[in-house]
Amino acid sequence: MKIHEYQAKEILRRYGIKTPMGGLATSPDEAVALAQRLGGAGWVVKAQIHAGGRGKAGGIRRAQSLEDVAKEALSLLGSRLVTPQTGPEGRKVSRLLVEEQVDIEAELYAGVVVDRAAGRGVLLASASGGMEIEALAHERPEMICREWLEPWGELPEFRARRACFRLGIPQAFRPKVEKVFKALCRVFHQEDCTLAEINPLVVTKGGEALALDAKMNLDDNAAFRHPGWAELRDPDEEEPLEREAGLHGLNYVKLDGTIGCMVNGAGLAMATMDLIQEVGARPANFLDVGGGASEEAVAQAFRILMSDPNVRVVLINIFGGIMRGDVIARGILAAASRMEVRVPLVVRLAGTNASEGRVILGGSGLRMHVAETMREAAELAARLGRD
Amino acid sequence: MAVLVKEGTLVVVHGITGREGSFHTRQCLDYGTKVVAGVTPGKGGSQVEGVPVFDTVGQAVRETGANTSLIFVPAPFAADSILEAAEEGIELIVCITEGIPVRDMVRVKAALRGSGSRLIGPNCPGVISPAKAKVGIMPGPIHRPGAVGVISRSGTLTYEVVDQLSRKGFGQSTCVGIGGDPIVGSSFVDVLGLFAQDPETHLVVLIGEIGGTAEEEASQLVRSGFPKPVVAFIAGQSAPPGKRMGHAGAIISGGKGTAAEKIQALQAAGIPVARTPDGVAELVERALG
Repeated sequence: MKIHEYQAKEILRRYGIKTPMGGLATSPDEAVALAQRLGGAGWVVKAQIHAGGRGKAGGIRRAQSLEDVAKEALSLLGSRLVTPQTGPEGRKVSRLLVEEQVDIEAELYAGVVVDRAAGRGVLLASASGGMEIEALAHERPEMICREWLEPWGELPEFRARRACFRLGIPQAFRPKVEKVFKALCRVFHQEDCTLAEINPLVVTKGGEALALDAKMNLDDNAAFRHPGWAELRDPDEEEPLEREAGLHGLNYVKLDGTIGCMVNGAGLAMATMDLIQEVGARPANFLDVGGGASEEAVAQAFRILMSDPNVRVVLINIFGGIMRGDVIARGILAAASRMEVRVPLVVRLAGTNASEGRVILGGSGLRMHVAETMREAAELAARLGRD
Repeated sequence: MAVLVKEGTLVVVHGITGREGSFHTRQCLDYGTKVVAGVTPGKGGSQVEGVPVFDTVGQAVRETGANTSLIFVPAPFAADSILEAAEEGIELIVCITEGIPVRDMVRVKAALRGSGSRLIGPNCPGVISPAKAKVGIMPGPIHRPGAVGVISRSGTLTYEVVDQLSRKGFGQSTCVGIGGDPIVGSSFVDVLGLFAQDPETHLVVLIGEIGGTAEEEASQLVRSGFPKPVVAFIAGQSAPPGKRMGHAGAIISGGKGTAAEKIQALQAAGIPVARTPDGVAELVERALG
């Protein structure tokens, strides 16, 4: 789960990491009132969307007067921001973070992620703040310093110190930067993050270490121990169909093709999408109805696929294992008869009792095409989608 | 021979009184697996499918000699269940549970380092050595005993490939589902190491997917010299970046972990990669033929 910058900064502050003074505004008036309260001679107005690359896309504006704050707020609110991470449709801006402007002495990068192969958390730090870490890792990997977290989330003093010396942090700022590194690791662990990033982490002319920007992704699997997460969720940032699927326990990812897919199991679902692409068509989605492909799950899946206006064919690919093919076939028929399925269906059943299942589907009288192999099903779906 | 799961495998099912636990206990017993004990705290003294239930893993081990754990415990408590198995000296821990927080798995990995226990999973279908024993949730009848070792990050996709292998007459020594989570107990590399030393296994099939670098690490191992032929399939060539494709670990993040990268790494190591799941059996035929 992704959260907004202003929410991530709230969390950082709870752990003693300083951020610029600021607050949330949802209207130009609020933005101006906020700027007035903050005082000073300059402000930054930042669009709050769940996507990076906001700066270059014009989502971060500087204002030197209250009129400017109002003007920038007005132009950002309600607009759609298109960044390399949003896709061409962009994201609607409905919240702004208004902050004081700070005088920057140095910009750093600090992020904590999970090293999957090692099975532990790792701090990534660099003296090249502001740059995207992926680009930096690709172009100049030697510029990134890596330090392990202990399994209980602590970054020992000596590793924090070592990172600072490697990055050449001036002696005067070092204690403050070390403190941020250690606190960020604590945030990552205790808040169940899959990513906790400060980019840039700046040192001000006054010698403060401040999180100028923050990004945090939370581990959905840990939601059970964070009752507060429900409030962090921003439904406007979620694809409505994906949200609905999630409520029914289905894994669904919307894509932009025309072949709706319903598959049991995530790996097989991906392989089905790949095959659709290979035969020259495009999948409309990823959808895992769960290993057993129960009637209820299939019915919900139908409802979600039928809500996507781009879907012209539905391809159902089920590998019946412990749940037998004939039982699954009856479930599919029952689910299909409960729905108004307005497009042709291609069904491919394999595994235990698959041939019995195919007979049941073939004799149903519904607009259902029965295929024996995945490839046959994909080709049939592609052809029906073109017609 | 086979690996991990053999004739001497004695299983204790954690969470045996739950819906999944009791259902799959029956399925494993029907396959011929020696399920000797179950554990559900507070239900000690009862029975499930004729299997005695204990309150703790320690009791189960002492009373029945169980050496393999099969875990169905719900995600919030599953990591604790793995730790309990390891502390009681269980050699092989197979964790089916999906949805364990990453932070809990970091703790588990640290605890298992240097212990005598091996973890398979979590979020996996388990391990089967056809005609010997099944410690997991995979459908038994699609498997045939034979010489192909299978290692996979996914469930039904593995069944699909195994089914085709069996139909074409290629039985399996052992099929290992290593799991679809970002942090898993055993990697492709770990299980390849086991298959390398198993005289019954003549070839290994790797079934990978987007996310992480486990396939790249396997490629490196094979490149540096692996005694048996390896063939592969990678799912997710059409997956968009930044989106989790069902499995918690199946995500292309920061442009890394794409199917294209993995396929390239595998091919560079001389591993033939099937374009579709149905192509795997053909590659096996060619490699063994």
